[in-house]
Order: sequence, then C-alpha cells, then structure tokens
Amino acid sequence: MAVPLLQVRDLRIEIPTRRGVLTAIDGVSFDIEDGEILGVVGESGAGKSLTGAAIIGLLEPPLRIAGGEIILEGQRIDNLPYARMRAIRGKKIGAIFQDPLTSLNPLYTIGRQLIETIQTHTDLSSSKARDRSIELLREVGIPAPERRIDAYPHQFSGGMRQRVVIALALCANPRLIIADEPTTALDVSIQAQILALLKRLCRDHGTAVMLVTHDMGVIAETAHRVAVMYAGRIAELGPVREVVKHPKHPYTEGLMGAIPAMGHDVDRLNQIEGSMPRLTAIPPGCAFNPRCPKAFDRCFVERPDPMASDPSQVACWLYDKQPVEAAHG
Amino acid sequence: MAEATALVEVSNLAKYFDVSKPWLNRVLERDKRQILKAVDGVSFSIPKGRTFSLVGESGCGKSTVARTVVGLYQPTKGKTVFDGVDTADLKSRRAQRPFRRRVQMIFQDPYASLNPRWRVRDIIAEPIRAHGLLSGQDVDDRVDDLLTHVKLTPQDGAKFPHEFSGGQRQRISIARALASSSEFLVCDEPTSALDVSVQAQILNLMKDLQRELDLTYLFISHNLAVVYHVSDWVGVMYLGRLVEWAEKRTLFRFPRHPYTRMLLDTIPDLDMTGRERVPVAGEVPNPINPPSGCPFHPRCAFANERCQSELPKALPTAEGTMVACHAVEEDRLPLEDRKTVPVLAGGNDGAGV
Amino acid sequence: MADDTHLDHRPSSEPPIYAPKASAAMIEAQEPAGRWRRAWDSDIAYSFRRSPVAVVSAVITLIFFIGALFAPWLAPQNPFDPASLNLMNGFTPPMTDNAFTGEQFLLGTDNQGRDILSTILYGSRISLLVGFASVIFALILGTVLGLLAGYLGGWLDSVIMRIADVQLSFPAILIALLIFGVARAMLPRDMQNDVAIYVLIVAIGLSNWVQYARTVRGTTMVEKNKEYVHAARLIGLHPFKIMVRHVLPNVTGPVLVIATIGLALAIITEATLSFLGVGVPPTQPSLGTMIQVGQDYLFSGEWWITFFPGLALVLLALSVNLLGDWLRDALNPKLR
Repeated sequence: MAVPLLQVRDLRIEIPTRRGVLTAIDGVSFDIEDGEILGVVGESGAGKSLTGAAIIGLLEPPLRIAGGEIILEGQRIDNLPYARMRAIRGKKIGAIFQDPLTSLNPLYTIGRQLIETIQTHTDLSSSKARDRSIELLREVGIPAPERRIDAYPHQFSGGMRQRVVIALALCANPRLIIADEPTTALDVSIQAQILALLKRLCRDHGTAVMLVTHDMGVIAETAHRVAVMYAGRIAELGPVREVVKHPKHPYTEGLMGAIPAMGHDVDRLNQIEGSMPRLTAIPPGCAFNPRCPKAFDRCFVERPDPMASDPSQVACWLYDKQPVEAAHG
Repeated sequence: MAEATALVEVSNLAKYFDVSKPWLNRVLERDKRQILKAVDGVSFSIPKGRTFSLVGESGCGKSTVARTVVGLYQPTKGKTVFDGVDTADLKSRRAQRPFRRRVQMIFQDPYASLNPRWRVRDIIAEPIRAHGLLSGQDVDDRVDDLLTHVKLTPQDGAKFPHEFSGGQRQRISIARALASSSEFLVCDEPTSALDVSVQAQILNLMKDLQRELDLTYLFISHNLAVVYHVSDWVGVMYLGRLVEWAEKRTLFRFPRHPYTRMLLDTIPDLDMTGRERVPVAGEVPNPINPPSGCPFHPRCAFANERCQSELPKALPTAEGTMVACHAVEEDRLPLEDRKTVPVLAGGNDGAGV
Repeated sequence: MADDTHLDHRPSSEPPIYAPKASAAMIEAQEPAGRWRRAWDSDIAYSFRRSPVAVVSAVITLIFFIGALFAPWLAPQNPFDPASLNLMNGFTPPMTDNAFTGEQFLLGTDNQGRDILSTILYGSRISLLVGFASVIFALILGTVLGLLAGYLGGWLDSVIMRIADVQLSFPAILIALLIFGVARAMLPRDMQNDVAIYVLIVAIGLSNWVQYARTVRGTTMVEKNKEYVHAARLIGLHPFKIMVRHVLPNVTGPVLVIATIGLALAIITEATLSFLGVGVPPTQPSLGTMIQVGQDYLFSGEWWITFFPGLALVLLALSVNLLGDWLRDALNPKLR
C-alpha cells in the first residue's frame, strides 16, 4: 500500500503548569488513508479534541506538541512555522467544529466568507469564486444557493449553518477534514442529514475524514475504522464493526455495555465504576486499571502499548502474546 | 392511563411566553405582539412509583412542561394536580410548603445546579433546614446518610462542588432532591451533559432509588434509548403538543404517529445491521409561527388537506396508544410492527462485561 | 424558546472545539493542607507573584497605607496644629537650609511653613479615608439596589435603572458638587467644618453607586437563571433569603474589581473637590488642597509645593488602579 495520507507517530502533547508538566496526550499513533473516515471516540477529557487540534496546528498555548511526528502526504507538518501551516490549513486540511456559529463571522454574508476562503487558496477571479461558492452550497444541500449566498449566518437554521461550515471546509478541495463533534449541537433528525452528507462527500471526492465524537452511534454508522481514546492514549483501534460488535479492551467493552439499548429490557445498565482520572492523577501502569474488572498484577506496574490483535490493535495486557517474564508480580 | 390512582395529573397544560419587542419598538415598527406557545394543551398523569418520560427535539417544549409542573413557571392555562390537590390553589408560601417538600427537581447542568460557594454538606442540608425537618446533629446524620445513599462518602460533605466530576455533582443534586423525603422528582435531561459510562451510573442509581423509595419520576430527554431504558410510559412532543403517548413497549414497537416513527428512524444503529439511516427532510419550524392544522404536516409524507387545516385530537388506538394524527384516525397509516428495528447494543455477542 | 434551546446541548465538557485549553478541571491538583499554605498556593496568589506590576503597585499602596495610618508617629511635624508651625520656615526648598531658622526639610515647606512630607502623610490619611468610606458607601448602596433590581425585576427594576440612567448623564464630579453645595446650604455655618468630611464621603459615594448597581444587576440576572437558584426556589425559600444566601456571594467578584478601581477614582474626586475649594476645610489639608495652594506659587519658582503632593496623588491613584486592573484580569477566567 502507498504511504497513508496522514500518519501520526507517537504524538505527545504537554501542558506546562506551575505544578509541573502534565501530559495530555501520550504516545498516540494512527494513520488515515485516502477517502477513509476514521472515528475518534472517547469521553470528555480523553484528549480526542486535542489530537484533532494538534493535527491542524491549532493547539492553544500553553499546550504544546512535545514529541512525535505528524506527517501529511509524506511531509512533516507538526514543526512547520505558523505561516506555512496556515497555508496547509484550509488547502489540504479542512475543519468542521461543533458550534457552527463560532466558525462563521456573523458580520459577513456567507458568500463573502466562501469567496474569501476560495481566493486565499486558489487564483480564481471573484466571479469564478462566486460560481464555485454557489456550486459548493448546492453540493452541501442548501436549497436555492443563488439566493441564499447573500444571506448572513443568523438567517440560517442550525443544521443549514453546519452545512455552510462544511462548504467552507471544502473550499480548497482538502484531502483531509477534521470534524470535531460536527453533529453534537444538532437535533437527531438534522444529525442524520449531516452525517449522510459527510459520507457522501467522502465517497464522491475521496476526502478523508477524522471524525471526533463522544457518540458511539455516530461512529458506528459513519466511520470505517475507530480509535477509542482513554486518558490521552488510544485504548483500541480497529475496523468499526469489530470494535462495536466485539470490543476487546475492557474499557471499550464497558463503554458499549453502558449505552442504553432500545428493545433490550435490561433492568440495569452495565456501568464502569468511577470516572476518567484527571491529568494530575493518572495511575501508574495502565490508566484504566482502577476501573477495570479484569485488571491483574501487570496492569498496575507496566503501561501497555497498543499491540496487534487481529484485526485491531489493543493497548491491554490481556492481549499480550509474548510470554510474561517471571519478574512481574 | 389507568392502573393505580395517579400521583400527578397534568391536564390541558399550556405555557405561553410573550416574546414581543419592547412596547416602544412595537409601536414604532408597527409590529404585533408575539406570543410563543411553548406548551399548548398537554395532558398526562403519572401513577405513584412510575416514570413518565417526555421526549422530543429541542424547542418542542418538554423542558417548559417540566418547569411548569414543578412551579418554576406559572401555567397560562390548565392545571397540575398533585396527590389530589390542585397546585393553583396553593396561594401562600405556607400553603405551598407540603408541595415544595414533596416535589423536587434534578437539573441538566451539573455545573450550574450547585451553588459554587457552598460546601456540599450545606447544599444537601438546605432543604432539611428550610422545612425544619430536623435539627442539630440529626441534620448532619441525615446528610451523611444521603451521601452514602448516592454512593458518595460522608467526608465528601466538607468539599466544594468544584472538587467533583460531573457525575458526582449529579449525585449531589440527587441527594439534595431527596433530602426533604420528596416523592415526585422532575428530571430535566439529568444525564445529557454526562459521558456514557457516567450516564449509566446515574441511570442505575435513579432506578435503584425509585425502587427503594417508591419515587415517581417525570423524565425529560431527547435521547430515545435513555427514555426507553428508564420509562414506564413515554410521551412524544412536537411543537408544544403531545403527539403520541403510550406504555413504552407499545410505543416503541407499534409507533403510530409519523413523527414518532421518524424519531425512531434517526436512532444510530449500533447493531451494525448495515441499515442506512433515512435522513428526514426539513427541520422543526419556528414555534412563534407554527404551521396551521397539524404542526407536523409540512414534514409529513401522509399529510392531506385536512392535516393542513384541522388540528388533530388525541384519540385512543386498539393498542392502547393515544395518537393525535388524522392519518391514523382515517386509517391511512397502516400499523407497523417494529420488533426487529431498532435494537440494541447491550449484549456484545458473548463478550460479557 | 429561551428556556429550551440551552437545555438541549449535548455533552461538551470537553475543551471547546479548536481552541482546546487546559481546563481547570483537567489540571486541578489536590489542595495542600493549611489555610495560609492554601492561600499562598491559590491561583490568585500565584498570578500575583508572577506579575511585577501588581507587586510594585501593592508595595506602593502599602507604603501609603502605613504612612497614613502611622502619620502622627512618622511625620516630623503635625501640619494640622498651628502651634507647631513657624511662618519663618515658609517656602523652604527641599533639602536646603532655611535662610532664617536654618532648619532643613526633606521635601521643603509651603507658604505657611508646613513641612510638605508631613502634609503628604496627613493628607493621604484624609484622601484614603474619604476614598475608602465613599467606596464602601457606594458599594453597599449599589449592590443592594442592583440585587433588588436584577432579582425582582419589574417596575422596581425600571425605577432604579432609570434613576441610574439619569445620574449617568451627568459627570460624577458635578453630582458630588451639587450634593456638597446643597448640604452646605442646609447646614449651620459652625457645623460645616466638622461635618465637611462626612458630606464629602456621602457626596462622592452617591455619585458613584451607579456602576456597582449596573454590574450587580447584570450578574444577578445571569445568576438568577442558573439552576442552583431554581433549586433554591423549589425548596420554597423566601426571595430575600435566596438573594442574600445564594445570589449575593456569587456576584461579589466583579464588584470588588470595580471597588478597587473606584477607590482610585474616589481619591481623585476628593482631590479635585478639595482643589476646587469645596472639599475638606483648609485647616486639614488633603492632597488636593495642597496642590491648589501650591499652584499659586508654581510660576514664582516654588515648584515643590505642588509637585510632591501631585506626585504622591499620581503614585497612589496609579498603583491602586493598576492593582484593580490586575485583579480584574486575575479573576477573569477568559484571560487566564
């Protein structure tokens, strides 16, 4: 296989605080292929949004990339100066955020914002850029785009605004779109529309999508592969069907069991006791060990790295194929 | 909704908000008064010890119902009868006391529902002290007891809310709601701000407490799976009205109203059956100018002229469902048995947790 | 749908989208034991230690406080006591022997032979007293009115805020002048000097309550829609109890910031009024009085009479102001 579109290698993000340096993301590695939708799922504080922000070069100080590499189309982008990163952002990587209102300038018509973005990344003339904007709006399913292009963001409903944001992200035909909770602020019926749109764009243009969300349901019906994050690390990474139907990591298993299920009359949900540790209190060994029903000696001492367990990768000692050395315990 | 006698009976409840511009602007701009009918004619009753859920999209008025039932809003029309007493008759603060003691609320945002300047112990003790239920050392003992009940420790009482995670704060909220030995809890999206694994903890806790203390819940949520899990009865709201309500299994297996069916279709498929979610066209209309007739008709595939002009009344069906839909009434909408769809995520094919 | 929209947002305690920040909850550490230890470790104390401007301003403010508080012991002479003054010492330049008495004064003397340093020490006493008292007066008045207006709303809110609007359309100094003038006209002549300082406090206080009221009203209107206030209402507490016990503790933060900046403003207002000759009686000179006295001699070469009190006023007002600025930033989570 050719070189993946995006490679993240051993990414590490730190927050220097007055009480010492905290590690928010630690040793995260994954690839995204052309045209693939990779779901990144996790609970709040797992570091999924930070990973997205790091890729797009929008980490806010004092957060910083402290180690690892981010490689886009064979070119390292995590150490680029701000100006060069800005050129890549938008042109090669597009972004969709949770709240469409924050991504749109309320003072300009959406047409002006689209045209500006298109002209930043291409040499199109104003009228050509306008034509392209209308075409984009039509593509994301905005009715009567010739008319709506001169409307202001507040004249659109939440779902329509998110479509405009997607159009903005598509302006320069990026190879990769980072979508951070794109449907979280929307109602269920609108959510389905937006996800269908993302899937269609991905299919038609071969754009890869990194879909960051807390909602397993969204992942299950949209993504090809999924990375489950816990306390700044990837717990499990694999084909979505495999992870959803046959979760391997005890955390993923617990997570799937905790989702209330329709039609299944269970009296109690499976619950994972406790909550995700704060960054200041990540336990030694596997970060999940205090909540894990299957933890054994080794989990409290040694931190597991993702290990292959076909067809997935699981960061759990239960799946270690190497014989355990006698020294442990 | 027969069964036992109802603890809570809401009849024809309506809440309108005046969202007009200020008087001067109205005069100058020749605008009319604008009335937002957040809730318009909602009726249901909840037997003691049971859970009734209201489900719907944002803006359907479900939270307004919750707040009107507990008395945070004055109803525009209709009434709430709690344990045989019409709450509108409770005029003075003194007359309201028993109602205030017995009815409490659990809120959505665990970060806003606890006073950040108060210690947890004082937060939980406040209802006890305000109603003069206990005094002195007894208050502390009761608080310890409540904290243990919601699976926190008595030591946690000395801390401030910011020292707790979202799930723990929601436990504190529940402890406060139970402090005055309340019987009826109105829960307004109590888990929608929580992570899935924490949501499971809170839902389990609420079920345990209901069994143990014979609590009655009015549960508000946008999440159908959560609603299915916690409820006995479910009501579906659209633009300020209940469009369909029934015992939960009946509702989820034989949904009659097109809107209910649409909502069920949008549930993400965790079973990976490969079923494509059918995106529904259109969005919820502006509730200030709701469509004429049946409010759902612009999005409904079964709408005819009657739907555009005449507001449907809620009528019982053979399955025991109450539905407000002309198409169902005229038998234009065949019964659908959804015993296969939608399902589960629960049993992970043998990979027991 | 004001009530419904905000209730339907889904889990998002995650740092907001593409501006992820290290949220407090993510990095919060265990609190070490001990009240002092905790105070030293708190974010406010830390941000204070890290800000040189705040530390320098605090030191200068503290020097003024100590100087004012212990003026009778620190000052070389009591400038308010005519017996200790020697007219022959008038117009002595700083650090120079007086031509007649041979005495030396660090900062020189004024026309009546008062030691400038002593006058500054005693004068800042009056400035700080008037400043503090009027700020406290304005703060209490403004907070009470703002709380009532914000929480109860309705006609009471309209009345209070319209009065505030009217008052805001006049400069504060004009209001103070007016109140001061009215009080003077109403009081018998022999009482005027004794009560002048209280009249001054009330006048400055009354001219400044509006911003406290507005701020408190705004925060109250935000807080009263928070769920913890709903919870208190559902318990059945009396509205006044809710206001005092729940809302008040949560609206004080921004008020303290205004109060600090208001202190500098009140000191300047007092100096202005005294400069205009309507403030404290001339026998008890404040910084403003001294600047006024000195300006007659500014162009005849006796610059120090105006310069040093002026410098003191600028230093005091500036450092209190900078302290207020720092406090505002330190309490504002958005700028942290």
